Amino acid sequence: MSDHFERLSGKTLVDLYTKMLKIRKFEEKTAELFARGFIPGLVHLYIGEEAVAVGVCANLRKEDYVVSTHRGHGHSIAKGGNVKRMFAELLGKKTGYSKGRGGSMHMVIPEIGVICSSGIVGAGIPIATGLGLAIDVKQTDQVVACFFGDGASNTGTFHEGINMAAAWKLPVIFVCENNLYAISVPFKKVTLVKNVADRAVAYGIPSVVVDGMDVIMVYKAVQEAVRRSREGEGPTLIECKTYRFRGHYEGDPKKGGTYRSEAEMLDWEKKCPITNFKAKLIQKGFFTENKAEEITQKCIKEIEEAVEFAMESPYPSPNEILDNLFE
Amino acid sequence: MRELDFSAAINEALRQEMKSDESVIVFGEDVGFFGGLFKCTDSLQKEFGKKRVRDTPISEGAIIGAAVGAALGGLRPVAELQFIDFVGCNGAMDQIFNQMAKMRYMFGGSLKVPVVVRTPCGSRYPVAAGAAHHSQSLEAWFMHVPGLKVVMPSTPYDAKGLLVAAIKDEDPVLFIEHKLLYYIRRMPSLREKYPSITCHVPKEEYVIPFGKADVKKEGQDATVIATMMMVHKALSAASQLTKEGINIEIIDPRTLVPLDKRTIINSVKKTGRAIVVSEDCKTGGVAAEIASVVIEEAFDYLDAPIKRVSGLDVPIPYSPVLEAVAIPQEQNIIEAVRETAGK
Repeated sequence: MSDHFERLSGKTLVDLYTKMLKIRKFEEKTAELFARGFIPGLVHLYIGEEAVAVGVCANLRKEDYVVSTHRGHGHSIAKGGNVKRMFAELLGKKTGYSKGRGGSMHMVIPEIGVICSSGIVGAGIPIATGLGLAIDVKQTDQVVACFFGDGASNTGTFHEGINMAAAWKLPVIFVCENNLYAISVPFKKVTLVKNVADRAVAYGIPSVVVDGMDVIMVYKAVQEAVRRSREGEGPTLIECKTYRFRGHYEGDPKKGGTYRSEAEMLDWEKKCPITNFKAKLIQKGFFTENKAEEITQKCIKEIEEAVEFAMESPYPSPNEILDNLFE
Repeated sequence: MRELDFSAAINEALRQEMKSDESVIVFGEDVGFFGGLFKCTDSLQKEFGKKRVRDTPISEGAIIGAAVGAALGGLRPVAELQFIDFVGCNGAMDQIFNQMAKMRYMFGGSLKVPVVVRTPCGSRYPVAAGAAHHSQSLEAWFMHVPGLKVVMPSTPYDAKGLLVAAIKDEDPVLFIEHKLLYYIRRMPSLREKYPSITCHVPKEEYVIPFGKADVKKEGQDATVIATMMMVHKALSAASQLTKEGINIEIIDPRTLVPLDKRTIINSVKKTGRAIVVSEDCKTGGVAAEIASVVIEEAFDYLDAPIKRVSGLDVPIPYSPVLEAVAIPQEQNIIEAVRETAGK
């Protein structure tokens, strides 16, 4: 765990912690709702990977864009999404961010820049390039954070999208959440290079491998990438080594333990980005056990209220079936 | 009369829209410096600069994906897919049917994707043999995807007005240009054979609304519904049929989505006979869809079975002798009309 706290204010550090915890509590509640049969569709949980979304989004402004994935709840929360409307979307309710049309994999929140979320692995990468293109043409100083997994790094759009963004020096931060598995297939069994970041050489852009379980390391790497992008120096590829503590999806037998060893799973759980960060913050005197408990309770309350809102919200009416297909 | 080549009409629409709206940008393979393989984007880069008119790498997935992203970011991108045959390359089709077509709907109407994908289709027989990978007509694929509008002009006048409408549209549009239409006005023999390619194109901007078919020729004996190059072949066939005493009505839907069913149905009610002419493969094709519409909505008015004149279910072959057989020719239309309207 990083010791380089010196340039971050106590408030920033506590904010990082709180955001990660909020994602964790949201996802735990989602798992519970799924198990109880309240969620009609598939959910891919972000538990274990919280440091990535939070470390990235803490560097972004409201008007900056986020391109999310099928495992995207964490990205939306980290960017400032309202958990009431997120739960409503998961439940297929009319008050959801996509009015119940998208569900878990297609949650967007345009007013805070969460502008794309795709169920197709790798599809968001060239879209992020296009958002960068729009920024370049309009000459604003926005940036795009494009999340994708190790699986997406083996798609053709990874190559095409990053190459084009590099050639045109577009303000995109490509964030690979390498959780080591594409569903059940280990990255290392289908890829000869050790790191996704190594591929940046092919595009002539800088890259870095960071410990994705350490929010400070992610934050600092992205800070530099965002600076480069805002100053017109183009894209950066950041690979965060991370791990999902649940299965690929809720319902994946043994939380993914059919294709991952128990020892490996336990080993990664010891690297929990939230537990370790909390210990560090207490040790360094940024907050106390009591303060931490206070944050936890506040977080749980917010989640409970959000679930209540979602449960009480109406479903869309069947006669709305064709709404919003065209303008 | 102010005549323009098909490609010049497209170029004029792009130029006028880029002039009046700074959010319109153009990119694709060879569209900048080179002006496009068919010269549709000629000199746009010179006029509007390298930021707004870009040459891309050969990356069809990134071209269409970047168009989607640019639209989400507030621009009105016009992306060129160099040949419609490349739509399956490198994830381009995913960006079209999974991303741009679905976003407005699956995001609950919170976002819009005003992308225009311009792409040439069709056989260039008898001008140039493009063979299996540069000659296809795949428009039916896009008709099958809810959320896309599909536009297929047949004349320079329609091309300009429809492209202006496409760029102003708030939804994704597949703007399909039949390649032979680029050539026929420039080649004396073809220009004589298909005089309908020559038409007045107003200099000023105008919009042709989607979902409005055009009656290219009035008649009372049979309704021929035809698209793109097939409109001209049908008109050419009509001259021969008139000599035989059969006066056909020719309807060009101009947009497949939305489809102007009303104009088609009204014509069939008048003539009692329908022939659908489309260059794409017959099975699961455009003609199948239009014929179904006629059966559903005007069956009682039909005096004869509907006929489809379509491309054969075969890859487009290279040898001109074979290519001529693979796609509908005037003679096929004449025979189909004779059989349907038989006098």
